[in-house]
Amino acid sequence: MKSYEKAIEKLILISAIVTTVSVALITVFIFKTGMPILLQYGVMDFITGTDWSPTNEIFGIMPLIIGTLAVTLGALIIGVPTGIACAVYLSEIASKKTAGPFKAAIELLAGIPSVVYGFFGLIVLVPAIRNYILPIFQKFNPELNTSGFSILAGAVILAIMILPTIVSLSENAITAVPHEFREASLALGANKRETIMKVIVPAAKSGIFSSVILAMGRAIGETMAVLLITGNVAQMPGSILDPVATLTGTIAMEMSYAGPTHQQALFAIGIILFIIIMLLNILAQAVMKKMGGVNG
Amino acid sequence: MNKKTKNAVFYGIIGLLSALALISLIMIVGFILIKGLPGITPEFLTQSPSKMGKEGGILPIIIGTLYVTLVALVIATPIGVAAAIYFNEYSRDTRGVRMIRFFTEVLAGIPSIIFGLFGFAFFVVFLGLGWSVLSGGLTLTIMILPTLIRATEESLKTVPMSYREGSLSLGATKWQTIIKVTLPCCKSGVLTGLILGMGRAIGETAAVMLTIGGSMRMAESLLDPTRTMALHLYMIASEGVSEEKTYATAALLIIIVLIINTIANQISRSMIKLS
Repeated sequence: MKSYEKAIEKLILISAIVTTVSVALITVFIFKTGMPILLQYGVMDFITGTDWSPTNEIFGIMPLIIGTLAVTLGALIIGVPTGIACAVYLSEIASKKTAGPFKAAIELLAGIPSVVYGFFGLIVLVPAIRNYILPIFQKFNPELNTSGFSILAGAVILAIMILPTIVSLSENAITAVPHEFREASLALGANKRETIMKVIVPAAKSGIFSSVILAMGRAIGETMAVLLITGNVAQMPGSILDPVATLTGTIAMEMSYAGPTHQQALFAIGIILFIIIMLLNILAQAVMKKMGGVNG
Repeated sequence: MNKKTKNAVFYGIIGLLSALALISLIMIVGFILIKGLPGITPEFLTQSPSKMGKEGGILPIIIGTLYVTLVALVIATPIGVAAAIYFNEYSRDTRGVRMIRFFTEVLAGIPSIIFGLFGFAFFVVFLGLGWSVLSGGLTLTIMILPTLIRATEESLKTVPMSYREGSLSLGATKWQTIIKVTLPCCKSGVLTGLILGMGRAIGETAAVMLTIGGSMRMAESLLDPTRTMALHLYMIASEGVSEEKTYATAALLIIIVLIINTIANQISRSMIKLS
């Protein structure tokens, strides 16, 4: 009986280690495949090179980094205020009756596959930018032109996609603010708006901040949606109506036809992406801990 | 600005932005359902595609999705549940355990395209499984593990200590207690994890794209290449094959997600009632 129990305990321990082993394997295989070209080409040249033309074996990923950053930044500019507003509404303003369905709707947003968002962007947003947004921009700069595949399209769709992350984590942080804070503020004569703006949101700031970092990680790592709507042109963009290629989109698109060296270069992009995401995750966790997040 | 206008502006902005979030959801879901539902006919669900997906249905693709998801769930469930049992029932708060936990979190944060690259390098090439149901399923297994572990662990935590103590004091061993008392109490938590994992597996595209090949023919073995609905949607959308079929595929995916969300909500609601 005793040895049977021991054997089972071993088995369970092994199962628990599977995730750790997976992370190790993923790291090893991505690095093993991508590292040779990274070293041979030069890490700095690879990252700062402004020309990505794999057919000529020129691998500079600066345009891809700029593309990813532009789309992510745009998504954050739109998504963060919206997400925080939703979180404040859900936790401080909405009645229980409206909060329930609203929350369910936000959860549903998280469940929709990214390729569906991409398809929606492709069929609705891209033409809308071409037909309605472009004329507005042209009033200021008549030379501007766009196919609709653009930073703007990617930013809008990504903003919707990162909403659930921001809303649910920020809401947790806001809900976790002790009730005494609210009562003390109200007792001092502050109204509800002042209490929210000056007491509750500042008290929940570490949770909100880490939700933004995680959302940023999600936006950087997102593939299918940006692949369908950003145009995948590896060039330095001149305006938000220009097409860009992102790190993820380039990997997904070019893996299907890449030759051996090109494939290695795509794995090298994977290494860069992997490192960026790791740093963001560690940062988010550190913020939670260090700032003594109320829910951290 | 006096207090009154400040308040009006504040509540106005909050309301507007919240409405914006809601409207974008309704627009996306509504638009795709309205455009896609007419295309979901019995033929669409039961026939094979012809002319590169331009005509016919998507039966082999539905089957392919089922196979890949099933492989992922069958492998991930025992591992995920066991891992959760380890974290909640066996482990102490040592440095080693904290490290394992940390890596589980890390795994949850890795972007799907990285899983795709890994699946390609490891399962497809290194293990020689080729572009296949198995390669895709195994890649998804790793992806959904954190979801499963988290859901199971959350529900294990809700089982009162007194249940375990009662069982142990009756002479049951630790393992007997887990199997006969603790786990049965959190069936619904495990189920929620399973359903969420399933949703993730069905909707995943980037990881699957680099590991299952993308063939539209009916997969006959685990080593055959196949195509999932999400991947199919990407392919016909980017190739602009047929608007009707693309909308129908997207609508089908949304319906599946709606069903999965409803079930998961229902289960967690009944769980709250119980506790």
